[in-house]
Amino acid sequence: MATIHIDGRAYEAEAGENLLQTCLNLGLDLPYFCWHPAMGSIGACRQCAVVQFQNAEDQRGRIVMGCMTPVTEGAIFSLAGDKAQQFRQNIVESLMLNHPHDCPVCAEGGECHLQDMTVMVGHRDRHYRGRKNTHRNQYLGPLINHEMNRCITCYRCTRYYNDYAGGTDLAALASRDHVYFGRHQEGVLQSEFAGNLVEVCPTGVFTDKVLVHDYTRKWDLQSAPSVCVGCAVGCNTMPGERYGKLKRVHNRFNAEVNGYFLCDRGRFGAGFVNSKKNLLYPGLRQPEGTYDALDHHQALLHMQQACTTGKVAGIGSPRASVEANFLLRSLVGAENFSPGFSAHEQPLVMEVLQLQQHTAAVIPDIATIESADAVLILGEDVTNTAPRIALALRQSVRNKALAMAADMGLQPWQDAAIRNLAQDQRNPLYIASVADTPLDDVAEVAISLAPNEIARLGNAVARNIAGEVNELPDEPLRPQVEAIVTMLMSAQRPLIISGTGCGTGTVTAAAAQLANALCAEGKRAMLCLVVPEANSLGQAMLCDADAPDLDQLQHRATSGEFETLMVLENDLYRRGPRFQIDALLAAFNQVLVLDGMDNPTTSLATLALPAANFAESEGTIVSLEGRAQRYYPLFKPPAERRPSWVWLLACLKELTHKDVEALHHFDDITRACANAIPALSGITAAAPDHHFRNLGQKIPRQTHRNSGRTAIGANVSVHEPKQAVDEESPLAYSMEGLNRAPPGALLPFVWAPGWNSNQSLHRFQGEVGGPLKGGTAGVRMLLSGTPSPGVSNYPEKGEPPFLDMPQGLWLLVPRQQIFGSEELSALSPGLCELVEDAYIEICAADAKSLGVSAGDGIVVGDSLATLEVRINDDVAQSCAGFSVGLKGAENLEALHAVSLRPADNWRRRAPTPGSEEVIGSDRALNSEARTRGRARQRPARPQGTVPEGPHV
Amino acid sequence: MLKALASQFRTLWTILQHSFTKAETVQYPEQQPYLAPRYRGRIVLTKDPDGEERCVACNLCAVACPVDCIALQQGVKEDGRWYPEFFRINFSRCILCGMCEEACPTYAIQLTPDFEMCEYDRKNMVYEKEHLQIEGTGKYHDYNFYRVSGLAITGKDKGQAQNEAEPVDVKSLLP
Ligand code: SF4
Ligand code: SF4
Ligand code: SF4
Ligand code: SF4
Ligand code: FES
Repeated sequence: MATIHIDGRAYEAEAGENLLQTCLNLGLDLPYFCWHPAMGSIGACRQCAVVQFQNAEDQRGRIVMGCMTPVTEGAIFSLAGDKAQQFRQNIVESLMLNHPHDCPVCAEGGECHLQDMTVMVGHRDRHYRGRKNTHRNQYLGPLINHEMNRCITCYRCTRYYNDYAGGTDLAALASRDHVYFGRHQEGVLQSEFAGNLVEVCPTGVFTDKVLVHDYTRKWDLQSAPSVCVGCAVGCNTMPGERYGKLKRVHNRFNAEVNGYFLCDRGRFGAGFVNSKKNLLYPGLRQPEGTYDALDHHQALLHMQQACTTGKVAGIGSPRASVEANFLLRSLVGAENFSPGFSAHEQPLVMEVLQLQQHTAAVIPDIATIESADAVLILGEDVTNTAPRIALALRQSVRNKALAMAADMGLQPWQDAAIRNLAQDQRNPLYIASVADTPLDDVAEVAISLAPNEIARLGNAVARNIAGEVNELPDEPLRPQVEAIVTMLMSAQRPLIISGTGCGTGTVTAAAAQLANALCAEGKRAMLCLVVPEANSLGQAMLCDADAPDLDQLQHRATSGEFETLMVLENDLYRRGPRFQIDALLAAFNQVLVLDGMDNPTTSLATLALPAANFAESEGTIVSLEGRAQRYYPLFKPPAERRPSWVWLLACLKELTHKDVEALHHFDDITRACANAIPALSGITAAAPDHHFRNLGQKIPRQTHRNSGRTAIGANVSVHEPKQAVDEESPLAYSMEGLNRAPPGALLPFVWAPGWNSNQSLHRFQGEVGGPLKGGTAGVRMLLSGTPSPGVSNYPEKGEPPFLDMPQGLWLLVPRQQIFGSEELSALSPGLCELVEDAYIEICAADAKSLGVSAGDGIVVGDSLATLEVRINDDVAQSCAGFSVGLKGAENLEALHAVSLRPADNWRRRAPTPGSEEVIGSDRALNSEARTRGRARQRPARPQGTVPEGPHV
Repeated sequence: MLKALASQFRTLWTILQHSFTKAETVQYPEQQPYLAPRYRGRIVLTKDPDGEERCVACNLCAVACPVDCIALQQGVKEDGRWYPEFFRINFSRCILCGMCEEACPTYAIQLTPDFEMCEYDRKNMVYEKEHLQIEGTGKYHDYNFYRVSGLAITGKDKGQAQNEAEPVDVKSLLP
């Protein structure tokens, strides 16, 4: 702590912290542009100028940049002095010299940091009478709009995009007052985290393109605290609604999870909420296959009838809330409730939960992942399965730079200096995966292996660390094993990442084993296991290990045990090959489906019930780190759409089920679930219940300047309806209430006087960049497991064997896509344009032997699928990568051995114009640029081992 | 006492004088009063001198409105202009304060000297865009927002707005 004097007042401040951050901490308004709490200072914009005095006698002082000036004991500053104020005003004026007259047609207007700062410094009149520089815009893809005229050259975009997120295709081009921020050539921004530019850029250069075409100002958005349902990371979001449509998703700060940034699947993947395929009314199937619309009373009657005629089986969903799943499970009985994973995936997810419950290692949140000093990834392509983790890993490899800086006495916020100092030196990241991953560019070593070989590698490392095997004479992966052991043993906080992504439990078990071995050696090891969907882990916690999977349900139904099937928010056709799901559904006389949208499963339902999606309902989901988090509706669902829990609770009440007598509110269900399921006992603490009041008031979903209240519905009725009432949460569907430092889980939007942009966030944080004043959202239910000594997961009969595929067969290995592999986000406008066609990926030698080249068609198995061929020499030997979840690849299952043959009558896709002339630094198309360090290893295998997986 | 009486008489005298001044009250509706162009009556949406819709759906009028009686939704036209997909004013709530006109950066929304808009049914006081849009420029004849703004639209490329230089050549490194 140090005492500093600002404008004659003494303040206590953290010594070494930069003055700008200190001022914001103290609640003083100091304008800035280029500094960002997550990216530090570079002193580029000169906006944060203050006057510093030598000593008490010094009357003149000198101008210094707040963001570059460390706080020292006794330092004397002036923010309000004329000199500093005049300087800051001049800076804004000069930044505005070329600024277009755009605010009314600028999607940043009303939440523009430049507007805020201009008002803050008091700049009003333009003195410059010369001509304004102009720029041409670029097409940057369907998600991000470019309007280069509005740039103030603060360099935040390139610092974020290149330095922070590891992108390579955005640069500062040209020179002097012509500096241009864009790509070398028009084209889709390649980074998976490009969307954050929308929030990072303090002006309207980069804006949300989907929003720009259906725009609503920030002050008119009705927002609610929500959680991204794009993957299992559980990033916190603030979606905004107007006129019953979701307009955009912004980041909601959570110090332990997403911090300031989301991935593009999360930011742009919520547009499915507005889909035309949304079900609005319950539909009863008629014999001729059409549906009759019902109201909710009739629907409930049918539901009740279905539940009383014969036994009911239930299929839950890892994308539905814990509460909805819990109610369905209560309705059908635990032994008749399947969690809704595919039969292949169910044991994998269940095992991940167990491994986490029994590991000695720390189960890290995202912020803790950033603190790792050595990382080993076993089999998981995190950039495509849990994207936000990849962004965190890109920061973790920078810890070396931070350590070097600390040695030299540099503060961590001195961004440019630290990057100069460290250059390309990074902490080690070792990736073993089935093929190349987008993280390869920061990896020290990246190696392609078949899934079981990855497990073998992990086990060998674990044994070696545990001292069980000191020598590995005949281990073909010996050099790799030794390298990894050295890397992990010389680290203080090693992190092992794995997951269900490569389709086998041997890999996750090996990862857990390895983490435990490291803990036994006294390391503070971390274990992060990725699961596929937003609530996969919650679903695993809800269900017993022996819960029936889809195959078992089908067998029992075929034997006549069940009459009715009730499916909760689950498109079963994504859970297995078509013929299997057809057989499953055919085994029941009636199929009731609760889902939000028309999909192959709902269109076979005997009764389809419209279920509200995440933006229209409340729910708790459990992220991959075991964090239970609650999302809240931004608006009331239209027509007869109801949250699944409402449908199920009503049905249970109709059936006079004894467990639900005392359940009225959503909170009651959460509580009942916590009481009934020990593993989920923590979920009530995920967020305050509906009785909570913020200093006696509800928390408003609307800003205080929400407009049009008396005109919005006037075309329907001129008598304004009563504001919708929210009985289920402490949030209000109105502008009344208090959004001052609410609990983190209840923060609907950020705004502070004078700070209309998202930079107002610091007013909600205890300390700039630190946790929210109201506490961090969510509750961790797995911090680190309870290690059970003596339990060994080493395979009893030796390591998993090397892959040895017979001639003419390939092992199908899953290749996830950030855009497309997740069901709902792939339906969102904008993002859907980036979903590629399904493909099969094989190496050039295999392609040659098959006589195909890139872009040709290939038939997989007997005729499981006919897909486009991609040539990728980084796919592990004898393996064929297939795009998971994309249209056309539904029938393919991971780790099946399949034959491949060239397809007859394949029509090659016409090359998309422009795609061939993409610039040299574009990493998606230029694998040399991608693996900046070493090339991927693709070790040869010993002969004479047994293939894995069933043959098809 | 005397003072009070004097005051009384003076008052009477002043009032008596009014009997000889011209009456301000007119025989409305037979006789129409003169209303200055800046009178704040019925609201219209105007067009720019080129006959294009002036409103750019910036929402400033809506947010300035103290009774929240303006609602609109922005859209983007083929030619790149922002425009209101719908624009609704609930005149049964409007207090004709003119804040919207003051807020409007394009002179699109203007109050006119027409105040005769009574209805028996309140719902007829809800005006949609087709009821609000007029063909002319209203009180401000020359202003065309897109000639000033940097946004490129069909027919006005980057660098062609007022006071704009040609788009920079990013490939040039000349000082
Ligand atoms: S960036 Fe900000 S100041 Fe510039 S036109 Fe957009 S809203 Fe206005
Ligand atoms: S584009 Fe935005 S972030 Fe980048 S330099 Fe310009 S104003 Fe700053
Ligand atoms: S990482 Fe996952 S949870 Fe986070 S924004 Fe992306 S998809 Fe959503
Ligand atoms: S302020 Fe003017 S330009 Fe903006 S929405 Fe209103 S009428 Fe249209
Ligand atoms: S914020 Fe300090 S110079 Fe830009």
